[in-house]
Amino acid sequence: MSTAEIQYIETPRPDTGLTNGKIGIWLFLASEVMLFGALFSAYVLLRVGAETWPAGREVLNVWLALLNTVVLISSSVTMVFAWAALLKNDFGGHKKYLALTLLCGLIFLGIKAIEYSGKFSHDLFPSTNNFLAIYFVLTGLHGIHVVGGMIVMLYFLLFGRKNWEQRPTMYTNRIENTGLYWHFVDLVWIFLFPVLYLL
Amino acid sequence: MVASEHSNLSHSLPFWKRYVFSTDHKVIGIQYALTALVFLFIGFLLMMYMRWSIAFPGRPLPEWAAALLGSNSTSGIFGPEFYNQLGAMHGTIMIFLGVVPLAVGGFGNYVVPLQIGAPDMAFPKLNMVSYWSFLTGGVLMLFSFFIEGGAAKSGWTAYPPLAVLDADAGQTIWLIGMVFLITSSLLGAINFIVTIIQLRAPGLHWMRLPFFVWAQLVTAFILLLAFPPLEAAGILQLMDRLADTNFFMPSGLVVSGEIREAAGGGSPLLWQHLFWFLGHPEVYVLILPALGIVAEIIANNSRKPLWGYRSMVYSTLFLGFMSFVVWAHHMYLTGMGTVMNAFFQATTMIISIPSVIILSALIISLWGGSIRFTVPMLFAVAFLPMFGIGGLTGLPLGISTADIHLHDTYYVIGHFHYVVAPGVIFGLFGGIYYWFPKATGRRMSTILGHLHFWPTLICMNVIFMPMFIQGLAGVSRRLYDGGSAYAHAQPVLHWNGVISMAVWTMAIAQLPFVINLFGSLLFGRKVDDNPWESTTLEWTAPSPPPHGNFLELPSAYCGPYEYSQPGDESGFHPQDQPVEGSSA
Repeated sequence: MSTAEIQYIETPRPDTGLTNGKIGIWLFLASEVMLFGALFSAYVLLRVGAETWPAGREVLNVWLALLNTVVLISSSVTMVFAWAALLKNDFGGHKKYLALTLLCGLIFLGIKAIEYSGKFSHDLFPSTNNFLAIYFVLTGLHGIHVVGGMIVMLYFLLFGRKNWEQRPTMYTNRIENTGLYWHFVDLVWIFLFPVLYLL
Repeated sequence: MVASEHSNLSHSLPFWKRYVFSTDHKVIGIQYALTALVFLFIGFLLMMYMRWSIAFPGRPLPEWAAALLGSNSTSGIFGPEFYNQLGAMHGTIMIFLGVVPLAVGGFGNYVVPLQIGAPDMAFPKLNMVSYWSFLTGGVLMLFSFFIEGGAAKSGWTAYPPLAVLDADAGQTIWLIGMVFLITSSLLGAINFIVTIIQLRAPGLHWMRLPFFVWAQLVTAFILLLAFPPLEAAGILQLMDRLADTNFFMPSGLVVSGEIREAAGGGSPLLWQHLFWFLGHPEVYVLILPALGIVAEIIANNSRKPLWGYRSMVYSTLFLGFMSFVVWAHHMYLTGMGTVMNAFFQATTMIISIPSVIILSALIISLWGGSIRFTVPMLFAVAFLPMFGIGGLTGLPLGISTADIHLHDTYYVIGHFHYVVAPGVIFGLFGGIYYWFPKATGRRMSTILGHLHFWPTLICMNVIFMPMFIQGLAGVSRRLYDGGSAYAHAQPVLHWNGVISMAVWTMAIAQLPFVINLFGSLLFGRKVDDNPWESTTLEWTAPSPPPHGNFLELPSAYCGPYEYSQPGDESGFHPQDQPVEGSSA
């Protein structure tokens, strides 16, 4: 073994039972919890301090958001299938499910775009009131996270084959970690939906 | 072993890959350290201008000094607007671009993988990205001085409504720059934690880790969890500035004599909460790495194991945890209410306990040691009382009743500068002198080291001690004229000149350091791999360590500070040397 090689990229370290990438992604998600947590706290503080606060369901389109919830949860399922296919050595199946996940992401963004443009056409902007302001910030930031995840998936879809053929374990770990991130993005939406649309 | 092949490999890389876009933690560490030193100098330079305006309000600058300011000064006098830019950027640069990158990016990157016997950081490419993200943020911040309206001028805390109402682009660039710096810190923090958890050498159990590594680990956790709320706050303030939202703007605010309508009605306090949720843990981000460096130097130069190593480690962990629940002690005067004040007062008093434990352990470590007063040791020993003064003067600020009088006065400035300047920065200077032989294979000059240390120590105290006197007299911070317009400031006004003179003298006292740093690269005395006869793993690597660090990956057999053990004739027992009855 060369001394310059970094250990535990593919095989877990015995005493921690984890690979480097796995710990890394969990730590990243911890920081993301703090990011969205701060924004949710801001939401609470603003709402408590406001004289009037519109009911989300009257301003926003609950049905579109419900549809989006279904789309995003489905994408989490296909993401798991994409990973499971790798464990079964089925790269073709993996690509199919990864593409499906990507498609779900696209549909989610499409529906989001319809929602946004609907708001803009009714002259509802972030500057209209603080409910809409925090709505646009939270969903916008969440949308950016969706886009980020999609870029990573697109990269694996286009250029993943070589990595898979050379270091299959490493590639599988990468997909697993991407999946963890994707589930987190999904989870954020599951918090956003009731908080913004229903409460 | 194959290490030689690898060092050959790194030599075959083109220059820009070896030294510019390098993924080697040592090169990145040095990049961080040098960049941070430049920023420390810039931050200091801004302060030297501010001290002119404070000491001699209304008097024109010397011609050569005014020339540097360009159009910001007219016939040698710069206005309060520019003074505010200097103040805001001094704080921002010193904290986010100077001390933290030097302590964490520089020392953390260079020393941590070596001390845990790892070939590199866990994610070398991410490490490179975090440096370049830091540099981008830093360059953006500097660039904002040269645009219309100049740099941010609402203080380093960027409190709204002021920061939102400021129409110049400087504040927007400040926020974008902060996003880059936060990204850099996050990537760095993830990298440090994974590296320390995963890449420890065989046998390097948690209680065999050098204290410096513990300090960096806790620091990384603080950065990881405290910075994202500031990122959120930054996004919200950007929205307030660019999309006309009112997250931080209350309705009915009177601006330039007119009532400003704000739809919804936001809360300026929200910003303060989000800001200080980072801001206070950030204090421990500044302190902990310096404490770690000082602990290494004291153990090495007193030739004794650290006294109470375990208590120090547990105190550090407790400190890291508590640092998340003290933030609102910066906000006693905002009218949060006495219940909130009482809560944060209690947590603030509690957090002083682990700090005192660590400091006491370091002082007791000196007891009965055969101390070598090397240059790093001078800085480390001076750190103890300086940091002590800084810490103890913080107690009255933590008590909400006393804080009513002291809030936003020069007393506060004196307090946190004692912590950061003769405290943390002394620790960092000590670290530079201590690890320079590892990084270069040469030693820095002792004579120049003394010429650097003594005047700096004296100047630091002449600068910051009178600030307590001024602050107790009630002189406010952030005054363009240093308080000369106020009647209550008159009895302590004469200190302004004294402080400013000491600031400029201290600038001259840094010359020996600069000469020493670069001169020793070429002419320093060559030393072997372990010139300080130290026990920790970084000293078993060649100096300077090759790509991949060790000729043979080490294992650890004992604790980090096995100095002067009974029956050990050499006086120190390196961690990688086998011990009878102990396994790796």
